[in-house]
Amino acid sequence: MTVALQSRALTKRYGRRQALADCELSVPAGRIAGLVGPNGAGKTTLLHLAVGLLAPTSGTIEVLGESPASSPAQLARVGFVAQDTPAYARLSIADHLKLGARMNPGWDDQLARRRISDLHLDPRQKAGKLSGGQRAQLALTLGIAKRPEFLILDEPVASLDPLARREFLQGLMAAAVDQELTVLISSHLVADLERVCDYLIVLQDSRVQLAGDVDGLLSTHRLLSGPRCDTAQLPPAWQVISASHTDRQSTLLVRSSEPVSDASWSVAEISMEDLVLAYMSNATVAPSRDRTLEVQR
Amino acid sequence: MMWLTWRQFRAQAIVTAGGLVLVVVVLAVSGVQFADNFHATIAGCQVHGSCSQLAGGFLNALKGSGYGVIGQVAIALTYAVPGLMGVFWGAPLITREIETGTFRVAWTQSVMRSRWLAVKVGLIGLIALASAGLLSLMASWWMHPIYQASATAGGSDSAVSRLAPAVFGANGVVPIGYAAFGFALGLTIGVLVRHTVPAMAATLAVFAGIQFAWPRWIRPHLMTPLRSTTPLDVSKINQLMIDPSGHMYVTASVSKPGAWVLANQTIDPVGNPFTGPPTNACLNQGIQACNASVTRLHLRSVVTYQPGSRYWAFQGIETAIFLAVAIALVCFCLWWVGRRRLS
Repeated sequence: MTVALQSRALTKRYGRRQALADCELSVPAGRIAGLVGPNGAGKTTLLHLAVGLLAPTSGTIEVLGESPASSPAQLARVGFVAQDTPAYARLSIADHLKLGARMNPGWDDQLARRRISDLHLDPRQKAGKLSGGQRAQLALTLGIAKRPEFLILDEPVASLDPLARREFLQGLMAAAVDQELTVLISSHLVADLERVCDYLIVLQDSRVQLAGDVDGLLSTHRLLSGPRCDTAQLPPAWQVISASHTDRQSTLLVRSSEPVSDASWSVAEISMEDLVLAYMSNATVAPSRDRTLEVQR
Repeated sequence: MMWLTWRQFRAQAIVTAGGLVLVVVVLAVSGVQFADNFHATIAGCQVHGSCSQLAGGFLNALKGSGYGVIGQVAIALTYAVPGLMGVFWGAPLITREIETGTFRVAWTQSVMRSRWLAVKVGLIGLIALASAGLLSLMASWWMHPIYQASATAGGSDSAVSRLAPAVFGANGVVPIGYAAFGFALGLTIGVLVRHTVPAMAATLAVFAGIQFAWPRWIRPHLMTPLRSTTPLDVSKINQLMIDPSGHMYVTASVSKPGAWVLANQTIDPVGNPFTGPPTNACLNQGIQACNASVTRLHLRSVVTYQPGSRYWAFQGIETAIFLAVAIALVCFCLWWVGRRRLS
């Protein structure tokens, strides 16, 4: 199995502020990876490091086996849709496509034109006059028609209305399937990513709290409820992510690869959102040392 | 890459070209008339031996005339354009991309950012140099009759030296050096400051400061000035000052046609600067008696100057310095943008 993005002890500081700390991350190729975390968690920093807009303070990052932005060839293999989907306000859509064609050897002009006409956009329109959703689609078109192997998107739907959000994500998924893209997409809203991602990275307080295959994560995490217990006396194979107790009952989020056989616990499936929220709230209490989780390799 | 640079710069380039065409046409039409005017003025002067006088008259008539105004506007434009290019082309080149976030688009296409910057700087920089060069060529050509008249008029007070600070920087090749420097300075300040308006203001301030300081404190020393020592010519005294503390200062103009006079000092026969005491004649009698008494002091005028023959040497040295600094600044920007990762 090949790795699209690999970071080791990746750290970025702005002056004294730590934006990303000791990030150990491995994103497998061929996945749609969601990067989730609250605002200010370091998502943009991580993605900018991945496309070479930033250089690490320490540690290393490799994207498709090379240092980001180290050569035109490496740049050609990675597409990027930046936060707020910037575009040259005074250039038209057609100008942007020409820009893409002139600056990328692998540019797929047919694909770009088809996407623009499918979106019912007028190529003569200036990018400055587009709505947020249309501009996001233009940015996505630039990213896709470049024909990268790996497409990285920084909060592309954050400022869009629900309909534009859905259309954007549908377009992204269609392209990912057609072109066999690896995708890394960030959002501060789990709901945006729940439908599209099969790999999940949770970033909080500039640290990676959780990373792994979505199905694997969901099948190894269980929400247990049962009579009140002492968490110290639970089976050692259980890793308690969060626990809440009432006088008579305990509710636990437990990570365990083994099925729960103890009949005194009632077992419930967990949603991706619950999982993310549990890790996020857990983070401030006790950052898990077990951050890079090997899940179903 | 070239296409994107041109596409972004097109509107400004067209406006600039329009302005340049207008200036060139005005200077060309008026310049031909101006030259004809000069030749008509001195026509046949050799026969009467009145060339010097007629040329002096031509120069005197220039003050306040329409041609004088056009000449001053041409000089002002040639001085201003390199600074404006730094402020409006150099400074926003990077900052606009940073402020709108579009550098994240540009730098994540399949072009290295150092090449992206090199192409931008190369294309726009060359347009800046060419514009400044054209403007300077026109201004130099337009002002040629003035220098011809100045050479013919000899020691006339209205004679203009091409080395004089008022015109030196608006003629010849130095405006090309200034344009390169102004543009590179704006670019560098933009790269460091990263905000358009502060970068533009800082570029204007630094460029204007250098343009002010350079002819005063640096240009005179680019080559060792010449000195001439001549007896003080009392018929050409242009300053005679007696102050209450018992000092007297006197200077007389010394004719150095075409030269840039840096200093004119009066010394006594021993060689010390003359500071008095004032002669009785100057304190109590008329001008003629005073002049006669000054003659008896055997004062000498020491003039420090750059001869007019050094004009092209000065042009070359100064252009080379500004071009070299511009190249160094551009190299710094390429290195900075390539190494420092903005986000």
